[in-house]
Amino acid sequence: MVTLDAKIPDGPIAEKWDNHKFSVKLVNPANKRRFDVIVVGTGLAGASAAASLAELGYNVKVFTYHDSPRRAHSIAAQGGVNAAKNYRNDGDSVHRLFYDTVKGGDYRSREANVHRLAQVSVDIIDQCAAQGVPFAREYGGLLANRSFGGAQVSRTFYARGQTGQQLLIGAYQALAAQIALGRVTLYNRSDVLDVVKKDGEAVGIVTRDMLTGEVSAHSGHAVVLATGGYGNVYYLSTNAMMCNVSASWRAHRKGALFANPCYTQIHPTCIPAADEFQSKLTLMSESLRNDGRIWVPRDSDEARGADQVPEDERYYYLEEKYPAFGNLVPRDVASRNAKTVVDEGRGVGPLKNGVYLDFAAAIARDGVEAVKERYGNLFDMYERITGEDPYTVPMRIYPATHYTMGGLWVDYNLMTTVPGLYALGEANFSDHGANRLGASALMQGLADGYFVLPYTIGDYLAPKLGDSAVPTDDPVFTEAVQEVDDRTRQWTAKTGGTHGVEHYHRELGKIVWEHCGMARNEAGLKTALSEIPALREEFRKNVKVLGSPDGVNTMLEKVNRVDDFMEFAELKVRDALHRRESCGGHFREESQTPEGEALRDDENFAYVGAWEWNGPDAEPTMHKEELNFETVALTQRSYK
Amino acid sequence: MSKMLNLKLKIWRQDGPHSQGAFLEVDANDIPEDASFLEMLDVVNERLIDDDVEPVTFAHDCREGICGTCGVMINGQAHGPEKATATCQLHMRKFNAGDEIVIEPWKAQSFPVLKDLMVDRRAFDRIVEAGGYISAPTGTAPDANEILIPKEVADTAMDAAACIGCGACVAACPNSAAQLFTSAKLAHLNVLPQGQPERWKRTENMVETMEDFFGACTNHGECHEACPKEIPLDFIAMMNRDYMKSKTKNRSLSSQ
Ligand SMILES: Cc1cc2nc3c(=O)[nH]c(=O)nc-3n(C[C@H](O)[C@H](O)[C@H](O)COP(=O)(O)OP(=O)(O)OC[C@H]3O[C@@H](n4cnc5c(N)ncnc54)[C@H](O)[C@@H]3O)c2cc1C
Ligand code: SF4
Ligand code: FES
Repeated sequence: MVTLDAKIPDGPIAEKWDNHKFSVKLVNPANKRRFDVIVVGTGLAGASAAASLAELGYNVKVFTYHDSPRRAHSIAAQGGVNAAKNYRNDGDSVHRLFYDTVKGGDYRSREANVHRLAQVSVDIIDQCAAQGVPFAREYGGLLANRSFGGAQVSRTFYARGQTGQQLLIGAYQALAAQIALGRVTLYNRSDVLDVVKKDGEAVGIVTRDMLTGEVSAHSGHAVVLATGGYGNVYYLSTNAMMCNVSASWRAHRKGALFANPCYTQIHPTCIPAADEFQSKLTLMSESLRNDGRIWVPRDSDEARGADQVPEDERYYYLEEKYPAFGNLVPRDVASRNAKTVVDEGRGVGPLKNGVYLDFAAAIARDGVEAVKERYGNLFDMYERITGEDPYTVPMRIYPATHYTMGGLWVDYNLMTTVPGLYALGEANFSDHGANRLGASALMQGLADGYFVLPYTIGDYLAPKLGDSAVPTDDPVFTEAVQEVDDRTRQWTAKTGGTHGVEHYHRELGKIVWEHCGMARNEAGLKTALSEIPALREEFRKNVKVLGSPDGVNTMLEKVNRVDDFMEFAELKVRDALHRRESCGGHFREESQTPEGEALRDDENFAYVGAWEWNGPDAEPTMHKEELNFETVALTQRSYK
Repeated sequence: MSKMLNLKLKIWRQDGPHSQGAFLEVDANDIPEDASFLEMLDVVNERLIDDDVEPVTFAHDCREGICGTCGVMINGQAHGPEKATATCQLHMRKFNAGDEIVIEPWKAQSFPVLKDLMVDRRAFDRIVEAGGYISAPTGTAPDANEILIPKEVADTAMDAAACIGCGACVAACPNSAAQLFTSAKLAHLNVLPQGQPERWKRTENMVETMEDFFGACTNHGECHEACPKEIPLDFIAMMNRDYMKSKTKNRSLSSQ
């Protein structure tokens, strides 16, 4: 029987982390090298954790499916990273960042974790600046800030439009230094396909070498998953093409509970799909909403070009419905409203699948040069992709899956329900509740890796001093290797398949997007719950994978991932079905205010839903972690 | 709907680093001009699978021009015809109906072909491991605003740090030199105040590691032309100056 103990430290919220740091067990500096720690993932969370643990003296093995750690998906983040530095003297503080994050998450996150996140946010900026991250500066040489995603203070640090890349390069360079010193062993092009347990504890992983196809075991005293989010369950998303849920899902099958899989953030400003071959969607920075006006033609049969539609025939729906916030309403509100107008047939573009984001007013007011100065790079990127010039023709945008707030359940130490198995970054569920604020994912990934795990992992390891890691010829490993090898080889051994793996992934994405996307209802979710297993069965029977398992085979890599998405999708839908309230990124049509806004049900749903795997043919069990709000009072969000 | 193109492709296929390669000739018909170059390859691959032919392997991930994973030679040009654009950001509207497109992997001795269009760029990581970092172990940092950095300096560091590590510079260079990449890595750190203590050691080690793997630079400038981030050639000059200085500086620092 699983019991969920979040291990939240005692004391007032502002003292919990300090108290905890004092009470956790420590590993003596000289003894750290006697512990092997496996870190999977080299995104912000994984690279920062691996480098920091190695600096402390642990013996670290780090795994990634990329050719180089520097290519992890974190690299794509554009906007920035939050920190409660209050450099602008505009009233920011740790408490305010904490409060904003809890509120922004629609009161579905754990207060103690969020407060710690806000506390260590300030250290992150110091750390990154010291590493040489080229943050934007004022002329006097001090760090620049901007306000991001509707925040009322300027607490976002940024490096042009490439904040993620620059932070990741910082972490990667720290990691490279440790690799050169021999304190970190890097296993690149290694696909982690299982987590191995012995006597209930995590003792290692199974990998497939993506060049040779060799399946092998790696053993350690603890295993850290920093493997990112599950957004690609939708097929089309802003995530990198290789992002997947497999490491988390395999851990889930080994006993790690999966929390809140229904929570997904749909970002309002992405470029709409151009055709059925579209492979991924591109995010346009949220900052565009500061100056762009969002509209669609009032008439759904409108055939004229945007510039021909007279002012009074344009429907500036956000400005009309939310006069106070206008085009700057939060992401979920902006996304849902775009869906509404497109569903009404008012969409724009050749496929009528977008809304206009129009800069004509900003250009008339401030001049082309000013707009170019602010958004030049983004306009260029838009033109490169669509072939249209946003200085003269309004941009077309539509929401797309962007970030996943759910993930492996972790306690305050970031340990999953499997002892010795940790989850960091987007892979865990802990800090963003039902909705993430802009510029807070980078903050969380780096907080987990630089400043949380290095303190908390000692608590688990200290009592194990003197125990050697389980040897990889132990039956738990040899059996796991055999299983992974069999699973992988079954795909190429089959003959007579009908479609490639891409086809099935696309079909899965359609189901999940249709019924478990921006708006969800009971009937749709039940439909998805019957369609997914049918698709999964067809996929397993008919997917066609060519080539050999004993060498480079990107389709084979993908088929394992889609296989896991096929199981994960069902859990996601099940979670969405059970949560009969709307909160943050989870909008249940049955639970809305008369004005059509999300309506939370705090009485019945102020908990984390953490699911336990009961085998492939059994229904999963849900466990609840009740959320207690001691510091922040629950209110209904209103952006009217 | 977007306009459709019919194209003739010649795609390099090679099983592994030690195998013989050969071109696969394939018609790519009905390719929407709004598709990206890699989406065009996706379509070709799906059709190959339908015909029971193993799909073509190519490297890619972000498809936003930022991760540096993608990159092929398109009609002899690294990342293809559009300036300042990585392969994944190139769109088919840059081609004409009926075009023949020759697609090959990066060609450089230090980037062996792993399969088809995918190469091994590990040598780049070796260069970074040789010194491409500022030693600042977690927890040791002073307040970020204690280090004042003039905006111009921060901007230069950022210009250099924009390198995505794709390797097009090496692929475009007749000598397969990696000067543009290495100089970008160096300039990013060497211009910053935080980067000064290790500046000379870093420069010496990175340049010499680069020379272990890559060819010599003879100032063709092809690297800059091919670079999707338009990394300026000035950084190479800066690297050369720093390297000369490093030879004396490192000796005198250690004799202090
Ligand atoms: C387009 C875009 C823009 C964004 N902009 C912002 C922003 O401005 N501010 C912000 O705060 N957040 C932003 N985000 C969100 C943020 O970038 C991510 O949430 C965050 O970077 C995730 O970091 P991570 O370290 O948890 O995971 P990732 O960066 O996804 O890294 C995962 C790592 O795990 C490895 N891995 C995964 N599975 C396996 C496996 N089975 N075997 C081996 N290795 C594996 C991968 O190789 C990779 O190294 C943005 C996201 C997107 C998509
Ligand atoms: S310098 Fe330019 S071409 Fe060379 S690796 Fe960097 S981004 Fe690519
Ligand atoms: S796929 Fe990332 S740069 Fe092209």
